[in-house]
Amino acid sequence: MIHSYGAYFTQSLPIFAIFVKNSPDLTHAQTEIEPVMNDQTSGQNGVEATQTVTDRDAGKRVTLGQDEPLRLDCGVELSDFTIAYESYGELNANKNNAILVCHALSGDQFVSGINPITGKPGWWELVIGPGKIIDTERFFVICPNILGGCMGTTGPKEINPETGQPWGLDFPMITVSDMVRAQALLLDHLGIDQLFSAIGGSMGGMQVLEWAAAYPKRVFSAIPIATAPHHSAQNIAFHEVGRQAIMADPDWRGGDYLNQDCRPHRGLAIARMIAHITYLSEPALQNKFGRRLQDRDAISFGFDADFQVESYLRHQGSTFVDRFDANSYLYITRAMDYFDIAERHGSGVLAEGFRDVGTRFCVISFTSDWLYQTAESRAIVKALNAVAANVSFAEIESDKGHDAFLLEEPEFWKVLSGFIEGAAERYGLNSQ
Amino acid sequence: MMSDAQKRAIRVDLQMIAEMIEPGSRLLDVGCGDGALLDYLIHEKQVDGRGIEISSEGVNACVSAGLSVIQGDADQDLDDYPDQAFDFVVLGQTLQATREPHNVLSNLVRIGKHAVVSFPNFGYWRVRMGLLLGGRMPQTKTLTYNWYDTPNIHFCTIKDFVALCCDLSIQIERGFALDDRGRARPIGETGMRFANLRGEQAVFLLRQS
Repeated sequence: MIHSYGAYFTQSLPIFAIFVKNSPDLTHAQTEIEPVMNDQTSGQNGVEATQTVTDRDAGKRVTLGQDEPLRLDCGVELSDFTIAYESYGELNANKNNAILVCHALSGDQFVSGINPITGKPGWWELVIGPGKIIDTERFFVICPNILGGCMGTTGPKEINPETGQPWGLDFPMITVSDMVRAQALLLDHLGIDQLFSAIGGSMGGMQVLEWAAAYPKRVFSAIPIATAPHHSAQNIAFHEVGRQAIMADPDWRGGDYLNQDCRPHRGLAIARMIAHITYLSEPALQNKFGRRLQDRDAISFGFDADFQVESYLRHQGSTFVDRFDANSYLYITRAMDYFDIAERHGSGVLAEGFRDVGTRFCVISFTSDWLYQTAESRAIVKALNAVAANVSFAEIESDKGHDAFLLEEPEFWKVLSGFIEGAAERYGLNSQ
Repeated sequence: MMSDAQKRAIRVDLQMIAEMIEPGSRLLDVGCGDGALLDYLIHEKQVDGRGIEISSEGVNACVSAGLSVIQGDADQDLDDYPDQAFDFVVLGQTLQATREPHNVLSNLVRIGKHAVVSFPNFGYWRVRMGLLLGGRMPQTKTLTYNWYDTPNIHFCTIKDFVALCCDLSIQIERGFALDDRGRARPIGETGMRFANLRGEQAVFLLRQS
């Protein structure tokens, strides 16, 4: 099996007391909303006290943009928005051991330990945790749910304060730059001027590139993995099929499904099935499933899931809809399609986007990743070389496709660990 | 366990190269292999060092060791770098494996204020004798491959190299021939013939004229 087949459950909502308090350590007067259980945990605040949780209440929250609104690329101003995030480890006295983890399209803020919503390991549990490659006993790891997401950060499924209804399609269009600017506000809030590192795969890698281009002084090292400087026509094409599947579902209701008490599960499941194929590779699918039949000895001469691969994809689709919001999927895929770092930061020339960037880069790609191919990573490396930036680049031999960065890949881990060690040495973290 | 100093013991030609590098300079090692020289220079000479390596094993070993190295090759990827981006660009025992050594050399002195190039000397007497007396393609300590599996496709002698630098208007700042015991002798105008015979390999410091 490639993935465990467990379902993601949204647990029934216990009664929560939400209180707002002024955080004493803020440079800007922001308010922090902390979820507090009303049972068993009286007197305890924050995530440590959280036991049974839903996506609305797990992890940490902060409300930003109250003093100065976040001006989105589309022109809309978000004056009051929530970033849901999770952090691991402790920020040191020098506040220089922070690593920002940027999640991918369907990811969330729960990178390590047990995801409090699903009860399953965090999505990068293999890499991040105590004693692991990104050692949370040494680094302060922050992972925010992206703007437009559906795990607690302001997005289309959250309530529009002006209407009291879920945003739906009234939610403004967001870009990867918007996500990163929102994350920068979160770092301001946490009192972190400079990240030791920003790391992420796929769309997470896009955010990492955007971080380096937009805030070069705030990122000592950047690790964009299995990503691209812009979305290719093929990437956009796959996303468009996914979006059309969602919008063709009658239960999508023009994006207003939350108000009409239904969910476009079929459309979202199909979008996920299509996307999931692009995350794997032909050899990976062949090795795992071949033409093997699912719970039967012969083909059924019907449209049941005769083949294991069909059953697997159906499972991937059906479990996804329990944890992901369809409109969020539309917004985030659009943000990825719009991503073009050369256009945004270099007047069309990628290298110009990275001029005078002092960040140390480690670009990593995988041989069998046909969604974000090595050529895309090479284009990034070429541009960085053109401005004599400090860059490492490794292409990792793997048959696991785009998802390789999430899976067990010892060679990848070795490179990652070596780069982080080398960067930490130069950052003076080792001598502290 | 090896001590740090032992771990950083490097080949004799690399030692020769290292001696030409100014401490604290910005450096690019083209064809850096497993990163031995780069690691040595970063730690012993405090250079701001980068590398390019063609083999993925080499690259992964380098990055795993904390070195800034990219996968690429001298023929294709040097064009990307801006003029005078580095104080030194090093090409150690790699020139003979490039497709277009003349373009590579031009790029080296364009990218770097100085270039340091080492290569096996095909004019070395053992090489000459091997071919003359043995009648077979020569194999020596530094030329260990068979003719059919060698990555070395553009051999030259010290004389050839000097002539090419002249054609490309590249200025030779210093040149050394290393004999089979690793002893270095400066290559002077008059000593060229001798150097070309005695030198198993050569190390040159170059710059754009």
